[in-house]
Amino acid sequence: MNAPVDPATVVLAADGLARTYELKRGLFGKPAYVRALAEASFDLKAGKTLAVVGESGCGKSTLARVVTMIEKPTAGSLTVDGRTVDGRSAADARLLRQSVQIVFQDPYGSLNPRQTVAAILEEPLYVNTDDDAATRRAKAQAMMRRVGLRPEHAERYPHMFSGGQRQRIAIARALMLNPKILVLDEPVSALDVSIQAQVLNLLMDLQEEMGLAYLFISHDLGVVRHIADEVMVMYLGRPVEYGTRDEIFADPKHPYTRALLSATPSTEAGGRRERIRLKGELPSPLNPPTGCAFHPRCPYMYEPCPKERPELAVPDSDLLVACHAVREGRI
Amino acid sequence: MPLLDIQNLSVDFKTASGPFRAVDGVSMTVDAGEIVSIVGESGSGKSVSMLALMGLLPWTATITADRMLFDGHELAGLSARQRRRIVGKDMAMIFQEPMSSLNPCFTVGFQIGEALKVHLKLDRKARRRRVIELLEMVGIPAAAERVDAFPHQLSGGMSQRVMIAMAIACQPKLLIADEPTTALDVTIQAQILELLMQLQSETGMGLVLITHDMGVVAETAHRVSVQYAGQKVEEQAVAGLFADPHHPYTAALLAALPERATSRRLPSIPGVVPGQFDRPTGCLFSPRCKFATERCVTKVPPVQGRQAGYALCHYPLAGGRPVGHPGPGATIHPDLQEVA
Repeated sequence: MNAPVDPATVVLAADGLARTYELKRGLFGKPAYVRALAEASFDLKAGKTLAVVGESGCGKSTLARVVTMIEKPTAGSLTVDGRTVDGRSAADARLLRQSVQIVFQDPYGSLNPRQTVAAILEEPLYVNTDDDAATRRAKAQAMMRRVGLRPEHAERYPHMFSGGQRQRIAIARALMLNPKILVLDEPVSALDVSIQAQVLNLLMDLQEEMGLAYLFISHDLGVVRHIADEVMVMYLGRPVEYGTRDEIFADPKHPYTRALLSATPSTEAGGRRERIRLKGELPSPLNPPTGCAFHPRCPYMYEPCPKERPELAVPDSDLLVACHAVREGRI
Repeated sequence: MPLLDIQNLSVDFKTASGPFRAVDGVSMTVDAGEIVSIVGESGSGKSVSMLALMGLLPWTATITADRMLFDGHELAGLSARQRRRIVGKDMAMIFQEPMSSLNPCFTVGFQIGEALKVHLKLDRKARRRRVIELLEMVGIPAAAERVDAFPHQLSGGMSQRVMIAMAIACQPKLLIADEPTTALDVTIQAQILELLMQLQSETGMGLVLITHDMGVVAETAHRVSVQYAGQKVEEQAVAGLFADPHHPYTAALLAALPERATSRRLPSIPGVVPGQFDRPTGCLFSPRCKFATERCVTKVPPVQGRQAGYALCHYPLAGGRPVGHPGPGATIHPDLQEVA
């Protein structure tokens, strides 16, 4: 979608990804459709981080599940390493699972309590490679060292580790197959501030060493501002603004991005800035508003907003902002 | 006289593996019309100290305190019956998970009305009128219809508004909010914080805000108490805390926030909060502190004076420098120096 910088560095390209869920309504009722994700297009570049931000229900976790092929997209395609996959063939899924891995939010729920750390880390190798037991063990121990865990703890179970250490185990597991892309679904939001800093440092180090591309999903704009190169803001399943970190944080265009930034509490001196008040709450995705999904809460709403949905690309500029008011130059 | 005056409060839990001290000698005061924030990481005992005050701890907990005065009444040693006359009326609490704090079997109107019935002895008609009034006060649209809604019909933000309506139903003198916005999205969080501050300034009640979010503290609190591993390590007015933290833990916590970072690498605090079995001697923060010396490991630190933010530290910081510190050569964690 953006002018491709250097096609060699784009490791994952998503084009118009969508995911719709069907909701059964009784035996004779017509099923309802929830559009959890629509028209998500982006490029992930090696060694770079794309952050996806938005509130609950905006489709960011659905995006993570679609990109990792935990769920198949209902429309759109993914290009991984120049090979287009639609998730319909088993070979595609294999390729994708080896090069795209995921770290989940809750380090307490995402590790099997009955497996030792060694077993957790060796399982991806056991399933996907021909390595013998000794090689697997050596690789697991090397990875433990790399993420800052003591290799002699390999025989311990997850409950013997703290939250921060568990998240390190989850990161180690995701890196066992040397993926090119790591999807991080709220990787630090369950952690305390002091531990959060340790894990973020680790993620930045690993990215530098291994040239990983991160799809970083978060609702914490402080963290996103620190770690991201590009930011995609989502609202009710659709991207509403897409730009570089500096563009989004220094000069947000979409009214929703502005509101989100101004609602985030800040510790900076004289932090009580003028807030943009958002009325109401996120509408139900079962029954989204007509036109621009944000219009019932938008302070800049005017007549085309409830009628027509604005496209992401703004004509005659390289901005990607889905807003009528921005297109018309009203704000 | 302060509205709430707690001196030297400790809470011990009986566990299968021996006693565990969750709150260790915490003192705090709250004046009417004041917003005091208790901030700390998980396991710092910030919720437990307030639950002790409300009498909501299980029987395994032993509470000891020199003084626990609320509005001139001593709370320690109150019978359950006497305590119930105060709790929910003059002193109320809001919890973190609005969805699971409401009873799914009853309408929100009934649940808000319970306090009005018990404490104010209002009849049915008066209760319903007052409940609608309260729902309007906390900004719920179409309040007259929402009275009969069940909790599952409300969103998280709406449920939290109902919880607030329930807490302020009897016009309490003190409201304790335990992580009131942690489960909510930022735009909803902004709405709820604004509502709490507006209600607080209108009614002049004291507000205790328990949180781990430094941004929320900076934007709402007047005075801040920082807790670590069950102890209060620092107390300051909010502006001072962010400009010139006096305890090394506060300073390290603020430095670890991505938004205050000066370099790409975040200055993290090594290690984890001590648990039941690895409680250090001397200063509890000494294993993670870059200024720690031999003295910090062996001797329990004194509480410094008001100028030094009541810091629980041998070498309280002033302008980022430890006062009275023997110099970098004396620290026991020389490897942490480079990070600094």
